[in-house]
Amino acid sequence: MARTDDYRATFAAARPRAMAALLRYFRDLDRAEDAFQEACVRALSAWPRNSPPRDATGWLILVGRNAQVDALRRQQKVANEAGGIVADTAVGGEPDMIERLDQSHFRDDILRLLFTCCHRDLPPAQQIAVALRVISGLSVVQISRAFLVSEAAMEQRITRAKARIAKAELSYEAPGALERVERLAAVGKMLYLLFNEGYTAADPASDRATLCAEAIRLVRLLLEMFPAEPELMGLLALMLLQHSRAAARFDAGGSPILLDDQDRRLWNRDAIGEGIALIDKAMRHRAPGPYQIQAAIAALHARAESPADTDWHQIDQLYQALERHAPSPVTTLNRAVAVARLRGAAAALEMIAPLSEALDGYFYYHGVRGIFLKEIGHQEEARRALLRAMSLASTPAEAVHVRREIELLEHGVVR
Amino acid sequence: MLYAVLCYHDEAITGSWTPAEESAVVDRLIAVHDKYGDRFRPVLRLMPASTAMNMKSGAAVMTDGPFAETKEQLLGIYTLDVDGLDDAVAIVADLSAANPTANYELRPLIAYITDAAFGPVQSIEGAQRDGSH
Repeated sequence: MARTDDYRATFAAARPRAMAALLRYFRDLDRAEDAFQEACVRALSAWPRNSPPRDATGWLILVGRNAQVDALRRQQKVANEAGGIVADTAVGGEPDMIERLDQSHFRDDILRLLFTCCHRDLPPAQQIAVALRVISGLSVVQISRAFLVSEAAMEQRITRAKARIAKAELSYEAPGALERVERLAAVGKMLYLLFNEGYTAADPASDRATLCAEAIRLVRLLLEMFPAEPELMGLLALMLLQHSRAAARFDAGGSPILLDDQDRRLWNRDAIGEGIALIDKAMRHRAPGPYQIQAAIAALHARAESPADTDWHQIDQLYQALERHAPSPVTTLNRAVAVARLRGAAAALEMIAPLSEALDGYFYYHGVRGIFLKEIGHQEEARRALLRAMSLASTPAEAVHVRREIELLEHGVVR
Repeated sequence: MLYAVLCYHDEAITGSWTPAEESAVVDRLIAVHDKYGDRFRPVLRLMPASTAMNMKSGAAVMTDGPFAETKEQLLGIYTLDVDGLDDAVAIVADLSAANPTANYELRPLIAYITDAAFGPVQSIEGAQRDGSH
């Protein structure tokens, strides 16, 4: 019998598609998961070592479905013999499901599977946790490590979230065009949050950092299903471009290294190349959106061979476009960084002054403001802003970084 | 004699490799390169199929995505300059052993515009910059 490791990548690759088809058939997340699990177990004894069947996904769907149907029939038989009420076994589904495993059908299945995790009553962190468990097949242990909570707490969180999803009664009809657009937007946002969870992790080898790879993998899958959606191209491009800097973003002690100070030779050129190819392709659609614009900004940074080569003028313009498409004080704050490079810190300070209320509890606002104030020589105000930033730091690495800035301010050197 | 070796794989699987699994495959492939040295001519890896565009006959506009929706994608192209078929088959056998879940196709090549195909290859980074205006 083969070992799970022999087919780890095959199972991982098949899982989203297989789960999507099984969910449509059983209309129940737990049953779909059990079916897939059973199919994987059977594959280990049925597949010759290192050579899965040509259509591994189709095999897993078929075997998983049949196994689960048999199990449900047995349960029902036991219930009948015990004189129980005949349960609705939900072994209905669509009889021709397997015959209809073509791409057009798959894409709505996969979108539905991803969308089930985006239940609006669930807080984003729970949406992500369920997606990682159900779609990616990460173990509860892995997910709990990524979220820095206990295994028991994560188990409970996922169970509760799933119960809530089960009550939601999601439509299993093919969605209409408008509904499809709405689902895509919700799913894109969830995957963007998943990526950001991983992106804030200090250690590129940590459990948390694998979240970035998983987000990229799922957006790739979605883009394969919807190849002409420019915002999906933009989202994948954005993730690839941000992730390309993973090896350069933190020092050996886990403190963040700012863009200007990063060793650009450590940037992943393959990821940058793919990101740029995708954003170039997306822009041909002339339908800009927030992900495309953010990806275009990231691409300008990625293209600059040194910090001095950065096209701040165009970055400023792109942030202005982003302000129109998705107005937010954080966007304005980001734009202010470009403005500081173009027109000086005084101009940037003027720009962010109206944000003081909206961003009062935001680490980066006070950090950036402190740096601007320092640049125009307002040492005491700068110190106060940086201290405020330090009190808002959400990771030790952020706190260390701000402390270093304060020490530079007070002593002119880092002790 | 010129040959092309076309490497096919399911991108969903290669995209699910962990960094460790990926680098193990890459290391084994590099060992094959080192073994045959000058018999390898340009070796190119294709970016994932989602970056592809296509133009169907007479359509006059590019549409998104690769041509065929298949389970496997063309992942990379090796070009070989070898004495004969036996040499080429030996190299394919080694490539396949290095990357056992991929499928390989061997095809004799006709050098069409020799300079363009086998002259100095522009670096990938250079090509990116030129394409970026």
